[in-house]
Order: sequence, then structure tokens, then C-alpha cells
Amino acid sequence: MSETPIIRFENVTKHYDAETTVLTDINFELERGKFYTLLGPSGCGKTTILRLIAGFMQPSSGNIYFNGKLINNVPANERQVNTVFQDYALFPHLNVFENVAFGLRIKKLGKKEIEEKVLEALKFVNLSGYENREIAEMSGGQRQRVAIARAIVNDPEIILLDEPLSALDLKLRSEMQYELRELQQRLGKTFIFVTHDQEEALAMSDEIFVLNAGNIEQSGTPMDIYDEPINRFVADFIGESNIVSGTMVADFRVRIGEKEFECVDQGLNPNENVDIVIRPEDLEITSVEKGKMKVKVDTQLFRGVHYELSTYDDEGNEWLVHSTKKAEVGAFIGLDFDPEAIHVMRLNETEEEFDKRLESYGEDAYAN
Amino acid sequence: MQTKNTKTFYLIPYFAWIILFVIAPIALIAYYSLFDLSGNFTLDNYKNFFTSIYLKLTLSSFWYAFLITLFSLLVAYPTAYLLTKTKHKQLWLLLIIIPSWINLLLKTYAFIGIFGLYGPINAFLNVFGFGETQILFTDFSFIFVSVYIFIPFMILPIFNALDKLNPSLIDASRDLGASSWTTFSKVIFPLTTNGVKAGIQAVFIPSLSLFMITRLIAGNKVITLGTAIEQQFLVTQNWGMGSTIAVFLIIFMVIVMIITGQRDKGANSNGKN
Repeated sequence: MSETPIIRFENVTKHYDAETTVLTDINFELERGKFYTLLGPSGCGKTTILRLIAGFMQPSSGNIYFNGKLINNVPANERQVNTVFQDYALFPHLNVFENVAFGLRIKKLGKKEIEEKVLEALKFVNLSGYENREIAEMSGGQRQRVAIARAIVNDPEIILLDEPLSALDLKLRSEMQYELRELQQRLGKTFIFVTHDQEEALAMSDEIFVLNAGNIEQSGTPMDIYDEPINRFVADFIGESNIVSGTMVADFRVRIGEKEFECVDQGLNPNENVDIVIRPEDLEITSVEKGKMKVKVDTQLFRGVHYELSTYDDEGNEWLVHSTKKAEVGAFIGLDFDPEAIHVMRLNETEEEFDKRLESYGEDAYAN
Repeated sequence: MQTKNTKTFYLIPYFAWIILFVIAPIALIAYYSLFDLSGNFTLDNYKNFFTSIYLKLTLSSFWYAFLITLFSLLVAYPTAYLLTKTKHKQLWLLLIIIPSWINLLLKTYAFIGIFGLYGPINAFLNVFGFGETQILFTDFSFIFVSVYIFIPFMILPIFNALDKLNPSLIDASRDLGASSWTTFSKVIFPLTTNGVKAGIQAVFIPSLSLFMITRLIAGNKVITLGTAIEQQFLVTQNWGMGSTIAVFLIIFMVIVMIITGQRDKGANSNGKN
């Protein structure tokens, strides 16, 4: 990489006491001006990474670099990083203007300059005219914007967002997703966004880090992670998935239960046990004769855009199907899918090995 | 559903209490303040209050109450702050509160022993060759003991305010570039002023009418509104003047309560309502 990464984690480990390790040997690099998302269930260590970057805590071991400079012992108030907190953490004794001006006043800028910058920041988040409001008078979405304005007004190199949308209702949340993404592109700053909501992560990010139990399971673009999950955890966490155990009979041949299917994976050991993912939207309903698989419809839910069918095959595996076609509960139907829909995951494969394997497939297998 | 009758029934103890122990005594005090020594109706007591003797006494009362409150605050705020940072904060808080359950008089008597000419403090000073020092019956001993007595009442509300403070506000302040001191002066202190005000109320108002400690520890060298009232009732038997001082004491208390009672906007609400 020609440019120095804005943030680099080098073998970072964090534990609170001897027993509880929050992060284990974390390594990653972040490029300037991108929208990153740390995604994972609660307790996976994503907020800890954020707090390490913000400077609210120090790593137990390992190094954190900011623009190539070691920052392990730089206190939070001397870092060029600003945070949008989960509960916004707006100062209740100050009004909107003073909240946004807080950082500028500490830098001892002139009165006129402060006013200019604050008004500009408020304009940026569509809150012009709200300067004199008290925080208590603002709605959740407005507080959210004040918190963002308070962070961007200081012109930091990185903006950290700690689940900032989790307290908003669904409609407001999807609106804010667009706004945040647009804001990041307008500002051109590095955003590091923490969430447990996979849809949010997929919609907004340039790159996603999927975390689990203090480890980075997989990192990549939203499409990489959705289409090529590295293991059961990632496949399950990102989107809805059908995950079943299978065996790799030979290259391009995989066996699920008693049946063999054509797939696009190769280079695995013959008869290696694997996990297999097929996304519900890749399964198509057809007649029993035409289908590659025969399943019995157990339940059917109307989800608005599509029907969600829960079906079971003869071996008792559950297959979730998203389809615009309706089926009859209790009836047998056939399921059809393309060889590309089958995604084979090796057990206990590291991200490095996984990437190497994908590359080895070459252009032919993944041309489409 | 509660009927109107049961509601009235529940209100009886409250109103009985208010009438017997709040309204009636205040009315009686106001009534007695309008009579002179021989039982004639007069406003002279009020006129007398504005003579230099009583004004000086009022001023000195306020001065001592101010000192007691100030020193209590100076000790209590850092203590309360430290307590919120400890691991077993409720236990440490309890240890500070326990002495306040012991009778005030007992604790005061203990200090007569401690500060006395043959007490441990003098013995300690003797080791360094200071000789016997008069500690008891000085302004110092009076303020020291008063602060000791009142400190739990100052710590408690401040502790509660600090404990309720949303820790992410402190993170936010640091995040925006504030040093520890700026974070304290611009965020922590302004958001705990309610606790400080409650503490000041709980210390300053009773300090105005201290009389037992002035007797035992200050040896009547410090005369407050409290001691003056006691003197008027028990020594000079001038109930009229005693009541008048009491009326003013009540007025002062109300004023102090109004000044310290204003609640700040949004404090302790953690920014969420």
C-alpha cells in the first residue's frame, strides 16, 4: 500500500482481568476516507475497538498506530478523533449551540470563528435555526444530528460512531443510514461505524469487519461478505441463510444427505466434511418432479416483498425459501437452484487460507 | 379505585402533623413576638431586632454558617467524587453515614475530651514541645466540630448527583479535547450543582441556629441566632424577643431555601427524557 493507513492495529489484545479477554490478537489496517463498519453481536469486542481508537482505554498488549505514529499512550483529548456516542452523550446543561461549540471553545478559537463553524456544522446536519434549543426539547433524531454536528465541527480525521442509530425507530433509522453515508461522502472523512445490525452494515459500508468473541472472523466489502461468508458464524450473522453439513465428493461435486449436487468449488480434499450455505432467495419453488430437492412446506409467512417458507427435506434439514410464489402448507414442493448458489465453507478455515482458496479458483469459476 | 373518602382518610396523619407541629408552632411564635415582657401588645421587638446588637448577631450567625458550609463542601465534594470511583462505593458511603446515626450530643462530648487540655491532641502537641494549647472554646474547634457533624449531610446529595452522572458525558468531554480539569469545571461540576445546592441547604440552614455546639465546644464565645433564642427564652425569660428572633430565623431559612432550591435544567437527566 502506497499510503500509510490512517489506523493500524498490530497484535492488539485487550483483557480487563486475567479471565475475561475482550480482544484477541487483532490486526487490521484502515484506509483514509472510507466508511468502515465493525459488525458483530453484543460482547464481540466491537465497541472495545472503538474505545481503543478514541483513547478511552489502552490495549493490554500490541500497538495502535495513527497515521503511522504509535498512539498507545496518547490521551483521548489529544487524539484527532471524535465520537458519536450510542446515547449521544449531549451535555444537558448546554443548549444546541454550546454543545456543538464545546470542542471549539476548548481550542480557544475566536468568538466569530466559533459561531461560523457551529452554524455551518448545524447546516450540514439540517439543523439550522435550532441553535438556541435546549437538548431536552430535541427529538431522538435531532439529538442524533446534534451529536454528529458536535463531532464534525472539530474537523477530526476519523469519526467514530458507536451504534448511533440503535435508539431510533425503524423509519428514522433507514433515513439516517442514507444521511450518514451521504455525509461521509461529502466530508471525505474516515468513518468507523459500530453496529450489530447486519442490514445497516451492508447498506452503508465500504468495508465490513465481522467480529465474534474478540476475533475478526472476516473482513471485506458488503458483497464479498454476503456472497462468500467464510464460516457458519458469518453466514448466519449476515442475512438469512440455510446452513447444512455436507461432504465434498470431488471437485465441483458436493453431497448433502443422500443427494449429490453440482457446485463451483474445487481444491478441497476428497470426501472432506464441509458446511454448505444456500441463501433463501437463491431457492426457487418448482414442482416436485422438476426440483433438485423435494421438501415439505411447514409454515409460510407473508413478508410484504416476498413469502418466507420454512420447509423440511427428508433428512430433517430446514430450508428457508424466499419466493414471490405462494405454496400450500403441508404440501410437497420441489426446490431448484443454480450450482453458483451453493457456497461451500471449509471447517475452521482462517481468513488467509480462505482468500487464497478463492483466488486459486481463477477467473473461470467466478466469471459470473 | 380509590374513593374520595379513603383518600381523605389517608390524608389525616399528614394534616394532623402539619397543623400540630408546623402551623401551630409558627403561629404561636408569630403571636408571642408581638408582646413585650409585661404582656402588652407591641412592635418594639421587631424594632429592637434592627439595632446593632441583633444585626451583628445575625451577621455572625451567617458568617459562621457560611464557614461551616464552605469547609463541609471543600471536604465533601472531593470525598464524594472519590467514593463514586471506588469499587464498593455503597459500603464506603455507609461507613461515612454511620456516625450520623449516633447522638449528636454524645459526639460533641467526645470532642470535649479530644480537644481538652489533657486530651490526645494536646498530648500530641506536647511531644513537639508546643506546650498546652487552648483548642476548646475557640472558633477553630467550633467550626471543626460543626463540619464533622454536618459532613454526611453534604456528602450524601453530592454523592448521589455524581453517581447519577452519565459516564459517557465525561468520555464525550475528553473526546472533544477537554483536559481533566476542563471536564470537571465545564461538565462534572455544572451537572452536579443540584447535589451541591441540596448539600448547602442541609448544612447552612441548621448551622444558622446551632446552639448546643456553641455552648459545649465554643464555650458561648460564638453567639448565633440559635443561642440568642435560647438565652431569651431560658435566661432573660423574654419570650417576645426570643420569638421575634425565631420569626427572622424562619424568614432567613425560607430565603436560603429559595436561593438554593432552584433546580437546574436537565441536570442528571443524562440527556434523555
